Amino acid sequence: MVIMNYNNNNMDIETKTIGNIFTENPKITSRNVNVFYHDKQAINNVSLDISSKEIISLIGPSGCGKSTFLRCFNRMNDTIDGCKVEGNIVLDDQDIYHPSVDVVPLRAKIGMVFQKPNPFPKSIYDNVAYGPKIHGLASTKDELDSIVELSLKNAGLWNEVKDRLQSPGTGLSGGQQQRLCIARAIAVSPEIILMDEPCSALDPIATAKIEELIHQLGKNYSIVIVTHSMQQAARVSQRTAYFHLGELIEVGLTKQIFTTPQDKQTEAYISGRIG
Amino acid sequence: MITFYLFLVLLLIPTIWFFYGNKTAQKIKLKNGKLHSLIHYYGLFVLLYSLLPSIFVYIIILVGDDILFSYLINDYIPEKIKNSSDYNKVIVMTQIQNILDGIYFGEQPDWVKLASEKIEHWSNLSLLVNYSLTISISIIGGFLGFRRINPDLRSRNSVETIIIYVLGFSSLLAILTTVGIVFSVIFESLRFFAIIPASEFLFGLTWNPQFEGAERAGSGQEGLASYGSVPLFVGTFLISFVALCIAVPIGLYSAIYLSEYASKKERSIFKPLLEILAGIPTVVYGFFAALTVAPMLRSGGTLIGLDVASESALAAGFVMGIMIIPFVSSLSDDVINAVPQSIRDAGYALGSTKNEVVLQVILPAALPGIIGSIILAVSRAIGETMIVVMAAGLAANLSFNPLDAVTTVTAQIVTILVGDQEFESAKTLSAFALALTLIVITLILNFYALHIVKKYREQYE
Repeated sequence: MVIMNYNNNNMDIETKTIGNIFTENPKITSRNVNVFYHDKQAINNVSLDISSKEIISLIGPSGCGKSTFLRCFNRMNDTIDGCKVEGNIVLDDQDIYHPSVDVVPLRAKIGMVFQKPNPFPKSIYDNVAYGPKIHGLASTKDELDSIVELSLKNAGLWNEVKDRLQSPGTGLSGGQQQRLCIARAIAVSPEIILMDEPCSALDPIATAKIEELIHQLGKNYSIVIVTHSMQQAARVSQRTAYFHLGELIEVGLTKQIFTTPQDKQTEAYISGRIG
Repeated sequence: MITFYLFLVLLLIPTIWFFYGNKTAQKIKLKNGKLHSLIHYYGLFVLLYSLLPSIFVYIIILVGDDILFSYLINDYIPEKIKNSSDYNKVIVMTQIQNILDGIYFGEQPDWVKLASEKIEHWSNLSLLVNYSLTISISIIGGFLGFRRINPDLRSRNSVETIIIYVLGFSSLLAILTTVGIVFSVIFESLRFFAIIPASEFLFGLTWNPQFEGAERAGSGQEGLASYGSVPLFVGTFLISFVALCIAVPIGLYSAIYLSEYASKKERSIFKPLLEILAGIPTVVYGFFAALTVAPMLRSGGTLIGLDVASESALAAGFVMGIMIIPFVSSLSDDVINAVPQSIRDAGYALGSTKNEVVLQVILPAALPGIIGSIILAVSRAIGETMIVVMAAGLAANLSFNPLDAVTTVTAQIVTILVGDQEFESAKTLSAFALALTLIVITLILNFYALHIVKKYREQYE
């Protein structure tokens, strides 16, 4: 079944994806993306738009390529040996895979939060100050202090750590570490935040806090979140995309995907028969 | 030859017991339908019962009989010799042993011949007793073990317990050897400190033990021999410092390159090549230092108007530095690789360049481990002997100038102990005091290195 989708610019895209892959006001447009690890194809012809200040979740069974697709946006796949990305990903009218693109400012624009909390073995303050320092965002110590304070406040961590900013970040609890990583990511004022299963290593209470935080951050940032928990996708995101075996099967409003999925595979996954 | 066959028999008996034990266990299993452990554990159980006590007795007799003979032979040494002023039991025993080995010149006294015949006789007897005893113990032990086989015998648990004891005994042996070495050095050092006060040894500024003989001969040169070890330790640290100035930057930079920048293929070629450096015998480094580097530095120094001693600390330190590069690079490489990928990813995702990640994320995280590797390299440099014996001088100058000839603790120990020495003189004993001080220093350094490395391990937990 091949459905021709038409976007605002009337560009023809050949895709098997069910649902509308386009958005009104796209921040990122990806077209016909293929990703290969050596000879193995991990992503097969995926096209998807992400609009600004929306939260979109990518769901699907393990190994379906959702994390790989996420890492295409900030070119983190570059660091993996033998990984090759084909297709077209445009961020604010700029093709991010164009040879002239420098990944440093690109990654400063796109923050990332990982599956396992990975604070640097530095103090809480230095963890957050790291990004602003390397990008020269603060010219004085006071400016840096205020960036750190604001980021920690926005990550909902300030009250818990304000008296021990110089103690090591690795000494915090798992949930606090993850919020520290979020503070670190937002300290460089990104426009998009990628989250790769940010709650899979956390307990339910810490998860609830992070989800609340994601909800708050969604007002200012585009957030792409990969998750294994369908409840989480349903709780935090406005749109949901379902991946299976490297293909984007279905995309749509979260409410619609979870109540009336169009595709049989999506329905099977959501009702717990795959995965 | 007969002993060899006896030895084979000694090995054969436990093997036979093993198979017999297995077979019996099998029979019981067929009859009873149920055994506590797997069949081969019963065989092993009987084997260990037969083997371990016999090995124990064998070793006891092997080691113990010499001590017994040395005691028994007292009756055959004439009273006249025993009472003489320079009587030494060790020398007498060597004299007797030499006859047994056929190494002697001229006519030996009758009592020595008699004693050697006696010892030969006793040795043969002891060997016979040893083998008959061990073989019978092996048979009896196996039988006792065999008798214990029944369906409820927890042979697996017993075998595992015995194996744990064997493993523990091996590690105990390694520790005891170290303790033995340290104590032998301590006792000789104490004899030295009885002659020369420790304060003079530790704080004295001149090292001049070679006049010791002349002094004792009373040739009017009293007071010339001195045992101040400070120049030696200064020389050791000077050379080690030069070595570290070479090894730490080169080793660390190559470790960073290999672990962070090199492609897989480059790494697979360069790392083994670098580790070859560690496999070169130090004596080869020694003549490289003495024959190539030292003359080169000397003529190079002349060109720019510097007076470089032909056995300069610089030459020895330079070559020693090359030698310890692999220690620094290999350990640092391991430590850098141990920094989790997730932390690198975090750095890259924030938009760091590779350099920023290496300098600001990976190196600070790996720093304690890198310091640990450097301290291990220091203790290696301090203990290094062959290079300094060949390339550094023997003159104990108290100098901090790397262009001068200095000497090291290890080089002095070698010169003192090479050749025939009388073990009564302060000169010879001073080698042990030097060794003891060196052991203490490297022990402290190793202790700190391990401590730092251990602290590092807890960082990511």
